[in-house]
Amino acid sequence: MRRLDRVGLLVTTIGAAGLALPFVAFRENRIVPGVPIPLPAALPAWEAALLGGLLCAAACIALASVSPGKRLAGSLAAVAMLALAIGDAARLLTPPGDTIVRVAPGAGFWLLALALLLMASDAVARWKLAPWPRLGALAVATGALGALLWSGLWDDLSVMREYANRADTFWREAGTHLAVALGSLAAAVLLAVPIGILCSRLNATRDVVLNTLTAVQTIPSIALFGLLIAPMAWLAATVPGAAAIGIAGIGAAPGIVALVLYGLLPLVANTMAGLDAVPPAANDAARGMGMSDVQRLVQVELPLAFPAILAATRIVLVQNIGLATVVALIGGGGLGTFVFQGAGQTAMDLVLLGAAPTVVLAAISAIALDAAVDMASGKGRR
Amino acid sequence: MRWGAFLRLACLAALCLFLAEPERFGFVFAPFTRDGQPAIYVQNALLTLALNHIAIVALATSIGSAVAIALAVLVTRPVGADFLPLSRTIANIGQTFPPVAVLALAVPMLGFGTAPTFVALLLYGLLPVFENTLAGLSNLPPDVDEAARASGMTEWQRLLEVDLPLAAPLIVAGVRVSLVIGIGTATIGSTVAASTLGEVIMAGLINDNLAFIVQGALAVALIAILSSEQLMRVERWMIHRRT
Amino acid sequence: MIGFKAVSKRFDGKTAVDNVSLSVEKGEIVAIVGTSGSGKTTLLRMINRLVEPTSGQIEVDGRDVRSMPVHTLRRGIGYVIQGNGLFPHRTVAQNIATVPRLLGWGSDRIAARVDEMLALFQLDPADYRDRFPADLSGGQQQRVGVARALAAGPDLLLMDEPFAALDPIIRGKARADLKAIQRRLGTTIVLVTHDIAEAIELGDRIAVMDAGAVLQFATPEDMIVSPASDFVRAFLGTGERAFHLLSFRPVRDFVVPGEAQGEPVADTTTLRDALAEALWSAREALPVRSENGGIVGRITLDAILRQGARPR
Repeated sequence: MRRLDRVGLLVTTIGAAGLALPFVAFRENRIVPGVPIPLPAALPAWEAALLGGLLCAAACIALASVSPGKRLAGSLAAVAMLALAIGDAARLLTPPGDTIVRVAPGAGFWLLALALLLMASDAVARWKLAPWPRLGALAVATGALGALLWSGLWDDLSVMREYANRADTFWREAGTHLAVALGSLAAAVLLAVPIGILCSRLNATRDVVLNTLTAVQTIPSIALFGLLIAPMAWLAATVPGAAAIGIAGIGAAPGIVALVLYGLLPLVANTMAGLDAVPPAANDAARGMGMSDVQRLVQVELPLAFPAILAATRIVLVQNIGLATVVALIGGGGLGTFVFQGAGQTAMDLVLLGAAPTVVLAAISAIALDAAVDMASGKGRR
Repeated sequence: MRWGAFLRLACLAALCLFLAEPERFGFVFAPFTRDGQPAIYVQNALLTLALNHIAIVALATSIGSAVAIALAVLVTRPVGADFLPLSRTIANIGQTFPPVAVLALAVPMLGFGTAPTFVALLLYGLLPVFENTLAGLSNLPPDVDEAARASGMTEWQRLLEVDLPLAAPLIVAGVRVSLVIGIGTATIGSTVAASTLGEVIMAGLINDNLAFIVQGALAVALIAILSSEQLMRVERWMIHRRT
Repeated sequence: MIGFKAVSKRFDGKTAVDNVSLSVEKGEIVAIVGTSGSGKTTLLRMINRLVEPTSGQIEVDGRDVRSMPVHTLRRGIGYVIQGNGLFPHRTVAQNIATVPRLLGWGSDRIAARVDEMLALFQLDPADYRDRFPADLSGGQQQRVGVARALAAGPDLLLMDEPFAALDPIIRGKARADLKAIQRRLGTTIVLVTHDIAEAIELGDRIAVMDAGAVLQFATPEDMIVSPASDFVRAFLGTGERAFHLLSFRPVRDFVVPGEAQGEPVADTTTLRDALAEALWSAREALPVRSENGGIVGRITLDAILRQGARPR
């Protein structure tokens, strides 16, 4: 007999712990501590049995099979059933018409979800998918998540209750969040690429620029926001028209400026590294064919440095999506608003309402841009 | 280089003096106040807050780094090789979690105070060190590795005398990233009542006192820059010796 | 010293080494030569168990290599590889001390040994001891690599393309130095190379490999005179064979009394180099000097040319 799969063993152990722990937590209202409810009590017998069966099947595959396809199929089937079950549990435990009680996923659910997602990502990682199929899989997964949320199957879950209470604010803050993250990314790219080009030409500026940007990136976000509040307030008060275009001491403005400053280091460094890595032969050939310096830059050097710049864009975007949560602290809005409100009220559901979309956004950006970087560098090599 | 050393020393001296006797610096921060607001934060001694801040980060980063290095060693040995692809994915996706989210999610489990901050720092600090150790251990020059095996080193000797020392500059870089993130996350930790320098900034934001915001931000920024600079020098020294 | 008994190695069903049996005597240099993919490196790496044979048995000093722990085995065998494999984070002295330290020598003994090895390889201990490998030239790195392999005084030294990374100008000197040191220490050497000239110059015996099999295992002279197969003949190169014969015979053995004009050649010079010198300077005879500098006689062009003829 073949030995048991080690990852399978880990996943099964986590899953078994998940089965032993309470599946959902039932609370009379959103603040009081919850009453733990185990899986069999939370679901009708047939559904609990179906979920149990699929989980067992996934565990058997995880332990015995090495085929990534089977492992992925097994884990995804169980994940889908788990998603349906948690929604059903919430619906069945909530008295009809009641809007006060909260049914939240319990530790057991989270561990089961963790185990199955680990199994799925292990299968995907072993599969070593090419960039296009990876993007396709990402689109399917995102679509499935969207469909689940839209279908209303989860509407009785506590997080969705929080959402329902704040649907308008949620979309506004999500919009702000994206605007802050993407806007500062765009500004950082526009600034960093010319700086990078300049530094790769002028050795004198190189160390100064890199050292300064490294120091800036070291400053904790909230401290940098704080340090920017004073000059921004001064700008708003003294420069005519500055306040009119949204510059202010408190609010999103210092946050955006800080995010742009943070983004400069990876972008400038990678632009420089990308340009430095252009093969001298390619440059000589371009010169030999009579290209001007500008033509050489645009037609030879920048295209060759593009994968490196794109890789930095990926880093900065993911970083920005995370840092944009902190902007809420200085009154700049964004999904961080829910995180800090929730932390203040110990309302985990509210924290999740802010944190979960942030994590999903960051993960989607990371996976999509990783695939793009792979495509770009693959093209560069050919 | 001379100038750099002088600047570092001057910053360190100014920081220590400010933390020890902040009242002396009232004149610096007074221009930021309005309507007779206090210029210096006095609810808690800045020195205590700073030492707390440093202690939390130092402890979490050292424990986190030790665990991360051990895990990276494990998945690069034959016994843990099955976990290698999965652990890469976790490290990659894990770093897309904003530290703030980790912090906030720890609160319901651990209550307010220093504990959730410490746990968030520990968990999040693992990832950069793990990723860098992994990169260092899986990109060893093949001829050096072969020479180590052929000279009769045991697996342990090879790991301790060749593999880890060769990966050391990258590992230190990972620790530095982890430290920098830690200092920042500990600052935000004061939103869940951790006793750190973030408290000063938060007090400033709540009371609309720019002087508090600026002094807290300056202190935190200086601590972060000075400690990261120190680790960067260790890194450079390690690389310099062998090139 | 080494005995291969019906040794085969297969990687995923592909045969790398095919039923090889041969034995290496104590104190000789055996050169294994072949094209890339001929299995020569695999054969070498099976001696210190960097590769384990699929079937067959290998003995070193009459003991099956699998009868002792792999670490013990390797500490007793020197190993030099193409990229030199020096530890970049350790000084020259620490690199050379690797195996003595693993063997638990005292620090005084190690320090003395390091200085001794540095001197043997013409590197001033005071100057080079505390340098890092990155500070050294390619030739110096290569010498430190060999010094490290010999530091614990192994009876057996394995070398995998040890000179391939050197530029041609210093490669010749590195080979001559290796041969001199080997004669002095009496170390048995098994050396893998793709360069037939190197094999002929260094090898007391040569094993020619192709597709995992040893086609011929003989002294250079025997191999040139009677190649075992067309492959071996082609590998030696018919246009070169007379010169090959000259290249492993030192001038020392053919000195006759008498005088000659011009710059003398050392008595350790090969006949091939002496021939080149005689042709270039258009001399019928060259004076020969011994190691201590005195003229011991002369070597004539005729004598050289006679040695290039096919032996009967």
